[in-house]
Amino acid sequence: MTTKHFKDQIIDLDDLDSSFPKEVIQRSGVNLNTCLHCLSCAGGCEFSNNMDFLPNQMIRMVQLGLKNKALSCSGIWFCVGCNTCSIQCPMGIDISTITDVLCQIALEKGIVVAEPHILKFHEEVLNSIKRYGRTHKLEIMFRYKLYKKDWFSDMGVGFKMLTKRKLDILPSKISEPEEIKKFFQKNRMDNYAGQ
Amino acid sequence: MPASKKIDLSYFPGCSLSTSAHENNLSLIEFSRKIGFNLIEIEDWNCCGSSSAHSINPGLAMDLIARNLFMAPSDRPLLVACPNCILRLRETHQHLANDETKRREYENLWNRPFNRNLKIIHFFEILEDIDLLTFSKNRLPGLQGLKFVPYYGCMLARPFTLRHEKNYHDIMEKALSSLGAISLSWPYKSRCCGTFLSVAKPDIITKVINKLVQGAVETGAECIITACAMCHLNLEVRCTLKNSIPTIHFSEILSLALGESEHHSWFQRHLVDPRPMLEAKGLI
Repeated sequence: MTTKHFKDQIIDLDDLDSSFPKEVIQRSGVNLNTCLHCLSCAGGCEFSNNMDFLPNQMIRMVQLGLKNKALSCSGIWFCVGCNTCSIQCPMGIDISTITDVLCQIALEKGIVVAEPHILKFHEEVLNSIKRYGRTHKLEIMFRYKLYKKDWFSDMGVGFKMLTKRKLDILPSKISEPEEIKKFFQKNRMDNYAGQ
Repeated sequence: MPASKKIDLSYFPGCSLSTSAHENNLSLIEFSRKIGFNLIEIEDWNCCGSSSAHSINPGLAMDLIARNLFMAPSDRPLLVACPNCILRLRETHQHLANDETKRREYENLWNRPFNRNLKIIHFFEILEDIDLLTFSKNRLPGLQGLKFVPYYGCMLARPFTLRHEKNYHDIMEKALSSLGAISLSWPYKSRCCGTFLSVAKPDIITKVINKLVQGAVETGAECIITACAMCHLNLEVRCTLKNSIPTIHFSEILSLALGESEHHSWFQRHLVDPRPMLEAKGLI
């Protein structure tokens, strides 16, 4: 955490949306109003140093109805759902479910995503599942690199993984990938195909 | 070795084990067979959606997981090897047990009843109440003197909805100590490895992983034992330390400890080959 956070924490009253806390609580099923802001979550999180706002600060933004700020912060994308924060929370708040719901609302509302690379990775994983019913790591990595137009970083790691056969060349597929494609259509995710 | 009849279990390997961590998959199947369990892969299983579907589209995640739940044979427990997949499978199973509308929807889709009593067990659970020494060659501890640190990653922390379910504290320490290995304590046994951030944020994950591995080296451990294929991959590919130590899958070391195993084909897939260390200790 650096001092820049404090400057960013000035509350702009024009940005308030009083229905936002209710929306997040309803969708997540998590009562985030019990948060004590004790920072246990941030202390346990391996990635809180890399977030623009700490987990309890994200909760605070939701409590106050700072919708745009909450939806455009990087922390919601950094959260990998390891649940460490939740088990360290004295009030048992399921924080990773909140960050997931914030990611989902951000995508639905077309908010500019703070961590586009992380989102792109998720999209490539889903593309792979849609194509094969299972993830094909080599293709996910290849397509992610194609998007980043960055062929040289991580070359050593990629080469080592290939020589140690940690990345299968061919995908493992299910017999009827059409079944899986229907799930994507049903959940309005078909636009992720073949991007 | 007791020559009793093997118990059949359905098996959900998940993408990591079946497409990249083959050595984890093969050693798990071999070890299970050695202690009397026959793992039968669910025919045509699909990806659980991983963190990606879970974060972005929970409806899609539920459809993907439900397909697996409805394909699992009803007459035997379902064993899951991946700590992430099992959380997703259990959460959805619990959700469907309590949500009649959703349950009906899937029952109509798959044209078969929802198996409310399906037992979804983690690989660790078949180790409970088993004396591993009875399965080892001449009942000798096969890991005598091996100093290790256990790495659970995030698998000891569970989502809030599963807070009342069984937990796995100390299973690796107990199992390996019973086979003669020496468990060392370190501060990082349940720190998150960063999972998928390894791709999008390699610099951040390299720092996290180097801290973990350095911590393990400082305890005097000869290896890190992992219970998750994702953790194993991140520990191997993101560590940039010169003095790194091998990372070994729990299933590999268990199978090796019980004698006669295919370990050479597994260990040659490791970035840090554990064989020189194991040879020096006289364990292979």
